[in-house]
Amino acid sequence: MEVDGKRLSLGSSNIVLRGCELKNTNCVVGVAVYCGRETKAMLNNSGAPSKRSRLETQMNSEIIMLSFFLVALCMVTSVCAAVWLNQNKNDLNLLPYYRKLDVSKGKEESYQYYGWGIEMLFTFLMSVIVYQVMIPISLYISMELVRVGQAYFMIKDSRLYDEATNSRFQCRALNINEDLGQIKYVFSDKTGTLTENKMEFQCASIWGVDYSSAKTSLENEQVEYSLQVEGKVLKPKMKVKVNQELLRLTKSGFANKDGKRIYDFFLALAACNTIVPLVIDTSDPTVKLIDYQGESPDEQALTYAAAAYGFMLIERTSGHIVIDIHGERQRFNVLGLHEFDSDRKRMSVILGYSDNSFKLFVKGADTSMFSVINKSLNTDIIQATETHIQSYSSVGLRTLVIGMRDLNASEFDQWHFAFEAASTSMIGRAALLRKVATNVENNVCILGATAIEDKLQQGVPESIESLRKAGIKVWVLTGDKQETAISIGYSSRLLTSGMTQFRIKSNNRESCRRRLQDALLMSRKNMAAPEVGNYFEGSSDSVVSTPMALIIDGTSLVYILDNELEEELFELARRCSVVLCCRVAPLQKAGIVSLVKKRTADMTLAIGDGANDVSMIQMADVGVGISGQEGRQAVMASDFAMGQFRFLVPLLFIHGHWNYQRLGYMVLYNFYRNAVFVLILFWYVLFTAFTLTTAINEWSSMLYSIIYTAVPTIVVGILDKDLSKRTLLDNPQLYGAGQRQEAYNKKLFWLTMADTLWQSIVVFFVPLFAYWGSTVDIASIGDLWTLSVVILVNLHLAMDVIRWTWITHASIWGSVIATFICVTIIDVIPSLRGYWAIFDAAGTALFWLCLLGILIAALLPRFVVKFVYQYYFPDDIQISREVEKKARNLRVNGDTHIEMLHISNPQR
Amino acid sequence: MDLDGGSSSTISTGARAIPGRPVRHGALYQFTQQNLPACKPVLTPAAVISTFLLMGFIFIPVGLVTLRASYSVVEIVDRYDIECVPEEYRSNKVAYVKDDSVSKNCSRFLKVPKSMRAPIFIYYQLDNYYQNHRRYVKSRTDRQLLHGLGYNDTSSCRPLESSDDLPIVPCGLIAWSLFNDTYKFSRGPSELKVNRKDIAWKSDRNHKFGKHVYPFNFQNGTLTGGAKLDPTIPLSDQEDLIVWMRTAALPTFRKLYGRIEEDLEADDVIVVNLKNNYNTYSFGGKKKIVLSTSSWLGGKNDFLGIANLFVGSFSILISIIFLVLHLKSPRPYGDTAYASWNKKSISS
Repeated sequence: MEVDGKRLSLGSSNIVLRGCELKNTNCVVGVAVYCGRETKAMLNNSGAPSKRSRLETQMNSEIIMLSFFLVALCMVTSVCAAVWLNQNKNDLNLLPYYRKLDVSKGKEESYQYYGWGIEMLFTFLMSVIVYQVMIPISLYISMELVRVGQAYFMIKDSRLYDEATNSRFQCRALNINEDLGQIKYVFSDKTGTLTENKMEFQCASIWGVDYSSAKTSLENEQVEYSLQVEGKVLKPKMKVKVNQELLRLTKSGFANKDGKRIYDFFLALAACNTIVPLVIDTSDPTVKLIDYQGESPDEQALTYAAAAYGFMLIERTSGHIVIDIHGERQRFNVLGLHEFDSDRKRMSVILGYSDNSFKLFVKGADTSMFSVINKSLNTDIIQATETHIQSYSSVGLRTLVIGMRDLNASEFDQWHFAFEAASTSMIGRAALLRKVATNVENNVCILGATAIEDKLQQGVPESIESLRKAGIKVWVLTGDKQETAISIGYSSRLLTSGMTQFRIKSNNRESCRRRLQDALLMSRKNMAAPEVGNYFEGSSDSVVSTPMALIIDGTSLVYILDNELEEELFELARRCSVVLCCRVAPLQKAGIVSLVKKRTADMTLAIGDGANDVSMIQMADVGVGISGQEGRQAVMASDFAMGQFRFLVPLLFIHGHWNYQRLGYMVLYNFYRNAVFVLILFWYVLFTAFTLTTAINEWSSMLYSIIYTAVPTIVVGILDKDLSKRTLLDNPQLYGAGQRQEAYNKKLFWLTMADTLWQSIVVFFVPLFAYWGSTVDIASIGDLWTLSVVILVNLHLAMDVIRWTWITHASIWGSVIATFICVTIIDVIPSLRGYWAIFDAAGTALFWLCLLGILIAALLPRFVVKFVYQYYFPDDIQISREVEKKARNLRVNGDTHIEMLHISNPQR
Repeated sequence: MDLDGGSSSTISTGARAIPGRPVRHGALYQFTQQNLPACKPVLTPAAVISTFLLMGFIFIPVGLVTLRASYSVVEIVDRYDIECVPEEYRSNKVAYVKDDSVSKNCSRFLKVPKSMRAPIFIYYQLDNYYQNHRRYVKSRTDRQLLHGLGYNDTSSCRPLESSDDLPIVPCGLIAWSLFNDTYKFSRGPSELKVNRKDIAWKSDRNHKFGKHVYPFNFQNGTLTGGAKLDPTIPLSDQEDLIVWMRTAALPTFRKLYGRIEEDLEADDVIVVNLKNNYNTYSFGGKKKIVLSTSSWLGGKNDFLGIANLFVGSFSILISIIFLVLHLKSPRPYGDTAYASWNKKSISS
């Protein structure tokens, strides 16, 4: 590009990315590149798939089953009707209750009879209408209402409320609440999700001496370094914890040899970076803040640290920097800057001193730095630094090594020539620059090392531990490099020292395959025989016996996902309790999620905060967005959004668990509720010459799923709690109930259907036999059936309610009362056939005896089975309930107090 | 010292309002945090066993009482639809019943097994008669019964809707097929008085059947289904019709015919002189005459008593089984050793 006749080269460092703000300049002249479909956002966009909860998917298969059942009932009815018509075909003309013969028009013709074939068809269609309640359409509406209620409680929960950012939990998708209770895999982004994306300078090792600020200083000992310039006070924006001893040393001057080292060290920190200082006004006109801005948060932290120790970077232009060293302004010429790149893993800067000497400052990752450090000098210092780095990284700190080299004039000229040539060349500039940098970055003298803490979000290690206890596999997908990822892994307790680690990091296909297969073999050996069979229950077991971790990087992933190695990778990953994927591109994140989604039926959850997590969030069964610093894209794409990673624990363990239990029960109950009603209608049809007369009048049929039984199931679906919050949080294992699909599965469905059959038989046949050969009319017995089925299904629900609040009481008993009222109202309308039937029937003892007998006999088997299951085959939830009850009985009075305290302490 | 230290927060933060957060007390807060006071019953063996025992102790006596009530009812049932057809018509009963020239009179002799206290209810019972057939149930117009010709929409009554362009009152299949056997009772030489008033529901007589609706054109068609009605008596007083039009729920049903308001002694012989008019022969229906006393439970029906006894004894049986199981292999209440995660670590 030519500006003012000068040729300028444009490279990756000139790119202004989308969303950037212009600072330190008024305008930029630019060329738009990678626009339209080539933008990062578009390339990483995998399209928002429509999500559907697993429970609902399973439910649909059960509904198909019910449809077959419905068709079967209709077939039976219509075939029987046809057979009956055939048997009586000679009598139909004059049968008093059929009277086919129509003579009213003067000639003999058939009245509404078209042969048994057509009659059969009519009966079939009519029976579809009569029995259609079998397909619980109302269930979909109730489910929506229940989900809205659940979402309300999730939003209102004070545990999910982030005080720091004043942000509530957001429920952006309303149809997958219950999936939160079945998560088996959690895919997490690192930066901004696990960590706060705030770097903090923690320790320094200078010339073989360890100065750890964390050990010696406490929070309130943060020293603020300030500087007075022309009557104004300059302060760095961020406070840094400092080591008192080191501070004293820096203040005492740099005359001696050690002081010189410390001087060089901090000068390196202040100079060897790409930070731009920015002076901001504050409300106090005499105080100004210096804000360090740069692309790397690590560099920011280091610069702030240097400032705290008195090396304050004040000004940076393209040619020079100004650093204030303990009140003394010094100007250095920046002659060359070798930017950080991932191959060299270091950066360097060449400073020209005022006395015309030149110094090269290098900082970089330990592995790359030790290769360029002159090992012949100061071996003991190098060793001491190495041990310090080891100890820093074992506590999860990010380490950098600082080095320095004096350049003499000839070396400098040589470098300068090469640098100029390289930086203006048009072809292969990056490679040339790298070459120049590597040439000069050698023979470096070690100065020391820094340790920066990538601050974890509050409660992250505890949360991860809980998640793992619950049998959830945590995968961390990060764009960071492997070392960083591993250090974060340690500090967040994702990785522990007892784990077997498999690291896969290779640059070609073959070695990648080999390493994967080796790891797989190892893991198979590691997993002794019992684990493979009972994989589903054994996950917590495997964590206990042989924890394994897989660490894999992006390039290897590319090879693996391209190849047929997917299967192997998945098998390996499945055995590992922790998987760390480093250096992955956003779209690869989605690829990993879909890999897991494809191979298992387990539910996946993705959590992230940035735009680069969007595709992963959309791909996973449940996407959670953290409303953090990195913009709103993740939140916009997510199903649920919250303020902190640690909220994941209450979200899954409490709300996910409850939602799943509630909805699972609700679906089964609604199947039962409608099926029992339809079956009663069906049994009656068998006694009406298969003609679809309904004893229960049509008003009651209609109101059945609207007034008589709808409210309690919704209320219970929203309010019932199987266990208290505390129990659920204290025992993460209880989450396994959802993973094992204990609240809704095929077995439960068929058990419920068997129960339905029995209950419908009792409800129908007890009155049938009790009133057989009596004067009872259709309306009276219909009222008995109506009342008994309504009370029955409500009692059935009442039997399964775990937690009775006044709302539950009101809805269940209110529904029963409402039914009585409705039936009465229907029976006082003279133009309806059942006029006064309820008063006549309810006046007899037989009616009430029947009602009582029906209720007891119908619920008896369920009660027995329920008790046997609870007592002899208790599930975790049942046991925990008993524990809860026991504890409650022990401290009847202290209970509410402790419960409240518990809530007020959400960090737990 | 900052108040957020570990020990101090466990004492009183519960009541302290934190700015920016919702107030942490009050019913609404309890509600939104799903902490409403609640009762959480848990089934314990003791409770379950005693529930079953209690149920047994309730249901067995109730069953016994109902059975006793059922046994106290004296019931005489006599099927007459075959016996009342003369021998020569036995092979073609339909022809007999359709032939108006043949006398339909018939006499039945009923022996009273035990003494029967007044009132003794007289029912006729029809078997295999689908009064609940959909076609049949629909074939009536309730408003016409109340308003007579004042209500014209009688389409649901087809094919017995109108005769000579006027709606039939009462129209429809149900009315058309009105039962028309009649009974006269005598004990020895004296005739037993049968009270045929007040056999229909009072509510039906007062509000469902019109006091000014007269069956002026009833049963005028070529096909006669059953009884004819006296056109001078309003529908509200046609109690046989009202009883008949309370359509029975089940294919075997009884309808009240009248009451004998005298006691009958054991071994009395009741002579029933009946007119066997109603045609059930074409569809194999049975006709029976029933004399029955009543108890607090209604008529004779052993089912409920037996069912109660069954439920009661079943409950006791279950409670005994549970008791034995509980004593033999009790599971400690609320013992986490039985939780799945603990079980696994024990076994492995």
